[in-house]
Amino acid sequence: MIGIIDYGAGNIRSVGNALDRLGQQYFVSNNIAELQRAGKLILPGVGEARSAMESLGQIGLLRWLTNVTVPFLGICIGMQILFDHSDERDTACLGVVPGRISRFDDTKLKVPHIGWNRVNVTATSPLFSKIRDNEFFYFVHSFRASVGPNTIGMTEYGEAFSAAVQKQNFYGVQFHAEKSGDAGIQVLKNFIELC
Amino acid sequence: MLTKRIIPCLDVKDGRTVKGTKFVDLRDAGDPVELASRYSDEGADELVFLDISASREGRKTFLAVVERVARAIQIPFTVGGGISVVDDVLRALDAGADKVSLNTAIVEQPEFLQAASSAVGSQSIVAAIDAKRKGSSWSVWTKGGSEESPLDAIAWAQEAVRRGAGELLITSMDADGTKEGYDLDLLRTISQCTSVPVIASGGAGTKEHIKDAITIGKADAVLAASIFHYQQISIADIKEFLQTNNIPVRI
Repeated sequence: MIGIIDYGAGNIRSVGNALDRLGQQYFVSNNIAELQRAGKLILPGVGEARSAMESLGQIGLLRWLTNVTVPFLGICIGMQILFDHSDERDTACLGVVPGRISRFDDTKLKVPHIGWNRVNVTATSPLFSKIRDNEFFYFVHSFRASVGPNTIGMTEYGEAFSAAVQKQNFYGVQFHAEKSGDAGIQVLKNFIELC
Repeated sequence: MLTKRIIPCLDVKDGRTVKGTKFVDLRDAGDPVELASRYSDEGADELVFLDISASREGRKTFLAVVERVARAIQIPFTVGGGISVVDDVLRALDAGADKVSLNTAIVEQPEFLQAASSAVGSQSIVAAIDAKRKGSSWSVWTKGGSEESPLDAIAWAQEAVRRGAGELLITSMDADGTKEGYDLDLLRTISQCTSVPVIASGGAGTKEHIKDAITIGKADAVLAASIFHYQQISIADIKEFLQTNNIPVRI
């Protein structure tokens, strides 16, 4: 069963609706004992890094999260907090994936980056199985991860940034898979069936 | 490359989609969930739902519509209309909306904009501005375009961004419902003096109008209602037209 981590700052309803569409059973919880029974975990996210980290800290999930051994998918802020650090209110993050999250340059670009943009798949990953290269996904964010060794998909907005990352069992997508039409649904299906 | 967005807008009254001219003369335009699914299938990039119900019953119905829409479609959508406290914002997002559009309440209480933005993040907050020409500038109108405020639309757009709006939805009241084209001066002025995406609204009648809003008005997204509701122009036609004019779109 899939466990959706509830930390009071996520778009849980949307992720749940997408899993319903896939006919997948899931539960929503903020309780470690319950979440430990999940075969796969999803950390949804909207909002900002500091409050996400604070909420996860308050419900006592921080240390547990970094040691999770089942397949894990972080979405948007859920991906960003996998990194070492976010410049968004100078926030120390989980440190699962090396790197730093920084803001788009709003002297050159409209920020937030809102809308549909292409993802160039840069490494073989089960997450992008049956996804054509340069497929469109929906983004809405002001901060981003640079392209690095864990990048599996990248997107151009002023410069290339990480649209998706993977390190061992930890997967992260900057785009909202749950709001990216059929392609987004396919990514979630891949995570459930192949990761 | 980030694509330009085509956004059908649905005005919802007591659970039904309606469309009027210049904010009045409302006609029934169908079931919002059915329309939402149709637009999503046809390639809409996002949707906007505005609740124009006057009664408390109507508002309850609207939240139920939002929940049904969220289950029916897998593209982002914004809801607006009568949102005046942070709890309203949370309720809309909990029901499955991605963003809320704030209008009259933030003109009357600008601090509400900060409160909403800190509660859910600026990426979920759209400041909607109804602007009407007044001499060589534009004034801000509230309450569905029925009351003139003392604010200048350009100055208010800049202040709304400072206060945490992640996006601006700019409606020209002069152009709305006329199908004679967007107010390009208004759009360009606001787009060039703010750092967040601008959604153009009011006046779409042809594919050229939509192209002009993007190329001349510098809009990042275009919103329209009646041309879609009555199937005068399809979303696919518009996108194909934009693409042949070298405007990036999701096809």
